[in-house]
Amino acid sequence: MAAGPAEGLDGGVGLELLRTMWRIRAFEERVGELTRANEVHGLVHLSVGQEAVAAGVCGLLRADDVAYSNHRAHGHAIAKGAPLRTVMAELMGRVAGLCGGLGGSMHLVDREHGFLGATGVVGGNVPLALGSALAGRLAGGDQLAVVFFGDGAVQGGIFVESVNLAALWRVPLLLVCENNGFTEFTPRSAHTVVERVSDVVAPYDFARETVDGNDVAAVREACARFVAGARAGEGPFLLECLTHRLRGHYEGDPQRYRQALAADEWQQLDPILRLQRTGTGEGWLDHDSQARLETQAREEVEDAVRYARESPFPEPATLGKLVYA
Amino acid sequence: MARELPYIAAIGEAVHQEMARDDTVLYFGQNLGLTDEDPYVKAFGNDRVRVTPISETAEIGMAVGTAFAGYRPVVQLYMAEFMLVAMDQVVNEAPRFYGMTGGQVKVPLVLQAGYGFTAGWAGQHTGTIYGMFMGVPGLKVVVPSTPADAKGLMTAAIRDDNPVILFHNYLLTLEHGDVPEGEHVVPIGEAAVVREGSDATLVGIGWTVGKALAAAEQLAGEGVSAEVIDVRSLAPLDTATILQSVEKTGRLVVVDQATRHASAAAIIAAEVASEGFASLKAPVDLVTALDATIPYSEPMEQYLLPDETKIVAAVQQVLGATVAA
Repeated sequence: MAAGPAEGLDGGVGLELLRTMWRIRAFEERVGELTRANEVHGLVHLSVGQEAVAAGVCGLLRADDVAYSNHRAHGHAIAKGAPLRTVMAELMGRVAGLCGGLGGSMHLVDREHGFLGATGVVGGNVPLALGSALAGRLAGGDQLAVVFFGDGAVQGGIFVESVNLAALWRVPLLLVCENNGFTEFTPRSAHTVVERVSDVVAPYDFARETVDGNDVAAVREACARFVAGARAGEGPFLLECLTHRLRGHYEGDPQRYRQALAADEWQQLDPILRLQRTGTGEGWLDHDSQARLETQAREEVEDAVRYARESPFPEPATLGKLVYA
Repeated sequence: MARELPYIAAIGEAVHQEMARDDTVLYFGQNLGLTDEDPYVKAFGNDRVRVTPISETAEIGMAVGTAFAGYRPVVQLYMAEFMLVAMDQVVNEAPRFYGMTGGQVKVPLVLQAGYGFTAGWAGQHTGTIYGMFMGVPGLKVVVPSTPADAKGLMTAAIRDDNPVILFHNYLLTLEHGDVPEGEHVVPIGEAAVVREGSDATLVGIGWTVGKALAAAEQLAGEGVSAEVIDVRSLAPLDTATILQSVEKTGRLVVVDQATRHASAAAIIAAEVASEGFASLKAPVDLVTALDATIPYSEPMEQYLLPDETKIVAAVQQVLGATVAA
């Protein structure tokens, strides 16, 4: 197999995963501040607490693999290779943004890095990912498509329709569910009697697994098996990652529907702290390099903020040019 | 060389010829290509010609995903109403991407949708619903009224880099007409003056073009010279050709199979009232279906639809009326 836990956690890979998670965490914490300062405007959903899924999965993808995300997309975009500068500029509505400032947080797309997009419609792009997987197969290569979705998307008919076709055609599609237990503001138990998302696809005859989504090594280990299988033509696959959304559904959500996690509980769950403890225990992470990773990530984010602030807003004339290709 | 073909065969010929010309053209649909003897399967194989389950949402979304990768999918939907179960894909995914991504992603997709089957198919298969799509930025909408235009517009739609809905009228399915044998392209966005006249302008859409021509013939016997325009494309809408005609005739009747408040006729009338008011010698009149669900009973069907008598009466009415000075 491409990467077992031991391999995933020795030296280079562990540091790379930690670096990716810090870049996402630092980016999103800063976006939260910029939202409150109204420098990032509109609706923003942060994935703080869920970084291990983006890092664990995207770290195994090639540049020619494509990834789709949902409304909580910053981490997936960054982990797939989108530069912090152009993601930040997009969130600030600037012309230097990934989409020229016309897409925003819920429509991040970076074609160059194989990130085909966030969506504002829950489940709306699951069949698009199916199409990308089919296109990859028609082109004759072994590239694959990944779609990240929340547990809320699974109750939609679009999910079942897409799963059915993916299984029927055996396309290289990796379905990655981030099950954080909440669909927007509503607990999963209020929407369905099926506890595990991986059980929803049970009749379709493809491999599925539920892992601890805050353990980046576990995510990576399971995902590596599925990625190898998809490349070998054994797809699709479903990976359910049980995780925790530390923030509200959106920035500003008062979260009256749930109890905040106690600080010590979060210390146990936090995917970054967990990997740091593992790294320290296994000897590939010392105090200095741990501090350096965080500092570097925060500096890179500040550079991205400066870059975005220097970019102008788009000109009205661009709008007419972007109705039709 | 032209020879006679039925309208529906002309559309099929365009798809077949474009699939032969361009390997990236794919063909998806329900009950499609089920035997090795199917002319599309025989020529292009089951990789490019795919039968889909009754899952319009996944079917159209999947086609969008292949379009992202540079393929040119044609989705055969048979009935326009089947798009209604996949509205997110048709309205909020396919046409949004080009603009939302700042032009990074093109969606060369064709949706072939039959409409207006007022031949005993009753309330759910008979609607004329193009009006609800013509206002969606990024989406093109074409409505051929002749076999030659059906072939030419389908060819143009397949070659277009945007999502295009080709609405074919089921009442015209077996109407014969001259169709060029080889490559035949009718540019999207150009109306055609199909009969010249000087007293009044009749604008027809799809099936109502034939009705307008028949009414014009009847009016000629009464000494009235009616000009008839076939809009051919609803989005983009060629208002210039209509305004030019109204400048000459001063009178306008728009004939539409759609129910009045969901009609393209209402938009055309508004454009002319707004841009061509100075040319008008009488109020614009609309001859549309009545605002009711299409009834099953045959005489009731006829009662609800536009016909030559209603069109002739409307022209006589606008000829008699004058705009108050």
